[in-house]
Amino acid sequence: MTSEPRERLVRSGDIELCTVEYGATAHPTIVLVHGYPDSKEVWNPVAERLADRFHVVLYDVRGHGRSSAPTPLRGGFRLEKLTDDFLAVADAVSPDRPVHLVGHDWGSVQGWEFAIVGRTEGRMASFTSISGPSLDHFGHWIKQRLKRPTPRGTAQLLGQGAKSWYVYALHTPVLPELAWRGTLGRQWPKLLARAERLDPGAYPTDSLPQDAAHGTWLYRDNVRPRLRHPRDDSYAHVPVQLITPIGDPFLSPRLYDDLERWAPGLRRRTLPTKHWVPRTRPDQLAEWISEFVTTHEDGAGPSASTAANGAVRAGSGAGGSPRRARSGRPATRSARDKAAYAERFAGQLVLVTGAGSGIGRATSFAFAEAGACVIAVDRDAEAAGRTAELSRLVGAPDAWAETADVSDEQAMEKLAARVAAEYGVVDVLVNNAGIGLSGSFLDTSTEDWRKVLDVNLWGVIHGCRLFAQQMVDRGQGGHIVNTASAAAYQPSRALPAYSTSKAAVLMLSECLRAELSAHDIGVTAICPGLVNTNITATARFAGVSDSEQERLRARSSRLYRIRNYPPEKVADAVLGAVLRNAAVVPVTPEARGAQLLARLSPKALRAMARIDPPL
Amino acid sequence: MAGGLSAELHGFQAVQRLAYECAETVAAQLRPGTTEREAARAMRTEAVERGVRDWFHLPFAWFGDRTAFAGFKLPTQFFPTNRPLEPGMPFILDMAPVHGGFTADIGYSGSLGPNPLHDRLMTDLREHREFILHQVRQRRSLRHIYEDVDRLMGRQGYENRHRAYPFGVIAHKVDRVRERRWSPHIAGFGTQSLRGLAKDALHGHRDGWSPLWSRYRMSDHPPHPGLWAVEPHLGFRGTGAKFEEILVVTDSADPEESAFWLDDELPHVKRWKEAGLFATTKGEA
Repeated sequence: MTSEPRERLVRSGDIELCTVEYGATAHPTIVLVHGYPDSKEVWNPVAERLADRFHVVLYDVRGHGRSSAPTPLRGGFRLEKLTDDFLAVADAVSPDRPVHLVGHDWGSVQGWEFAIVGRTEGRMASFTSISGPSLDHFGHWIKQRLKRPTPRGTAQLLGQGAKSWYVYALHTPVLPELAWRGTLGRQWPKLLARAERLDPGAYPTDSLPQDAAHGTWLYRDNVRPRLRHPRDDSYAHVPVQLITPIGDPFLSPRLYDDLERWAPGLRRRTLPTKHWVPRTRPDQLAEWISEFVTTHEDGAGPSASTAANGAVRAGSGAGGSPRRARSGRPATRSARDKAAYAERFAGQLVLVTGAGSGIGRATSFAFAEAGACVIAVDRDAEAAGRTAELSRLVGAPDAWAETADVSDEQAMEKLAARVAAEYGVVDVLVNNAGIGLSGSFLDTSTEDWRKVLDVNLWGVIHGCRLFAQQMVDRGQGGHIVNTASAAAYQPSRALPAYSTSKAAVLMLSECLRAELSAHDIGVTAICPGLVNTNITATARFAGVSDSEQERLRARSSRLYRIRNYPPEKVADAVLGAVLRNAAVVPVTPEARGAQLLARLSPKALRAMARIDPPL
Repeated sequence: MAGGLSAELHGFQAVQRLAYECAETVAAQLRPGTTEREAARAMRTEAVERGVRDWFHLPFAWFGDRTAFAGFKLPTQFFPTNRPLEPGMPFILDMAPVHGGFTADIGYSGSLGPNPLHDRLMTDLREHREFILHQVRQRRSLRHIYEDVDRLMGRQGYENRHRAYPFGVIAHKVDRVRERRWSPHIAGFGTQSLRGLAKDALHGHRDGWSPLWSRYRMSDHPPHPGLWAVEPHLGFRGTGAKFEEILVVTDSADPEESAFWLDDELPHVKRWKEAGLFATTKGEA
């Protein structure tokens, strides 16, 4: 196997295209096309990650990097000519088999053109689009909103219109070229590194001013004619995967709303990041590309494409496919949520502590249903095993059980090391393990205090400390969810120790959120409230006899059962919170009410704290 | 039980087998696109062809996430709808025919084509069948058994869905019903059977027991002799599975005679036997 990158020049008409190949040519070929203002080096991190399984090809688009530029520039960047280039590269690197195409930004705009026009049929096996719409689809999108200017449509139009400011700027003659060859070109690496939180210095290459100046013709040659007269038959003839960075400052995610119309069986994925995904999220990108390519490599037809989309099915357990509206989006709200979770969490690695029961278990299942790989951690090995097994059955590509006591620092360190070695860096960490302790302060022994703080607070600290470090070291974002409680802001004479531990978790989460935001790692505190789990059956009531203990457990379990708020809804709130990167999420109505009251009238809350709960 | 069944128990066994036959016949006819209503009607036709004239309750059919009673708030939601069956979907066929004066109440779970999750639920139901029998033989309070079954489901990772049934019962008594020429039903339930149940409830209320086995105080008594149609119903994220069959409870002092499943030749039991999961209890029963 040849893993060293190999460079060569490919001729396309008068143009020489600089091509670099990674990996053995016997493997399926993936062609990665860069955007603007970029060169093929933007793909290096992704190419390196794919090279062991695929034959990866990068090339500089004409006028960029080490490829030659057309003369004259005007008219030399038409999409038709770019299609010639792609076909020339595909024929050179994979003469016998169709290639899988991945495009970012303008690479994706080109990719859509290749996926639509007839002469590439048989040369392309699949297309992964990142941050670059088809100009035809874009044109239709604008036309449709101009024709029926509903408030929502108009807002979307204006929103995207504002995001496209740079497109208008690039249409002015000469000035953009001057700027790129002058100050802008010099400052760009610094600006890019700051905006995208990239490591400065690694990218872009020295050819940037020249690339960016030439690349302005991509816009001038194509945007106006295509947007004015979008083709009506712009259907993709290959399976398409759409990866949308939802924080993209240049493209609204709404642009892709009607895309199922043009690309049937479209697979959607979302990333909580900005525009330069190949640099900021290479791991995730490599995984999604590799999965999609593998699915469509063995000549699999559309049925396989829907199977690969399995996680998107609403209620996959129910075996039903979501009813989709004409636009292609699921019709009901819960189906839309499920689709959004699947788009975001498919293939991600999620670790849940306290996964043997209650909220932890339900959260594991919810992530599994969204297509995430789950590591179920619990003190109880059997319960964790059960969670992992059922997780696989509801849709997790893989799930594992790990036994650890979160309050045990060494056990947690071992767990973190094992997880990193065997499963990789977790994308979402849910510090959920907790125990209940009730009873007045004066009845609570120091031993009781120690126990509840060890699990509820130290467990979270250990989890955050170890796994956040791994996330930061990887430098590709992540999310931490800590299960606090409504008791974190609602004082009560019955729960002094428990509330204290949970208030600490809440504050820890808020502080950590501030700190980790610099690393694109979100932190959420979930405050469930009264949820029907077995925490009441295992809680300790301080300062009572054993028989009274049992009675209180039964009474409180009954109370929680009558309240009957299912842990599944909390799990849903967890997924929603990660999706939206929410800071503090009260779940049950009483938890929300208490949060509101804590703001409006803390005095009322304090008065309520004096009430002894009727048990 | 090895000594053989009395004539009366034979009667119950026969109608229970008849009901399972109907369910299996209809299950084999299910195709993608078959609706719940069509399935329920087919069950009814099958039963009538086999001589059924009265019902404890008319056939029910639940498809897809309705097997787990997802979003059920009103009793009317139990009735069959026009939901079509899709490949891989789980389904439950539930019927309670009266034949020759004997009542049976059965529940048949399956899926249209392979559904590994549903298979898992069906496999896990075995533990419940063994557990319930064992506990009844111990003469534990029905209420406590109910709660322990709940805990077992919780440990397995499932939800208790029989709590959605009327009165949240895991089981109810079935009895002989007098055969009348005219046997009307109210809201799907046969009036004769309802009368029997009401009579039992009245007697039970005086004597401190209830023909409805639930988590409530009225079930806080040891198992009452008679025939109980037991129906543990597991639910897991839009997939439900249950079995329902008759448990015979007697006042015999011999634990083996004090309670036993009326029939071990039912589809779900055969399934476990084939999978080699049933070896331990075969000796027991």
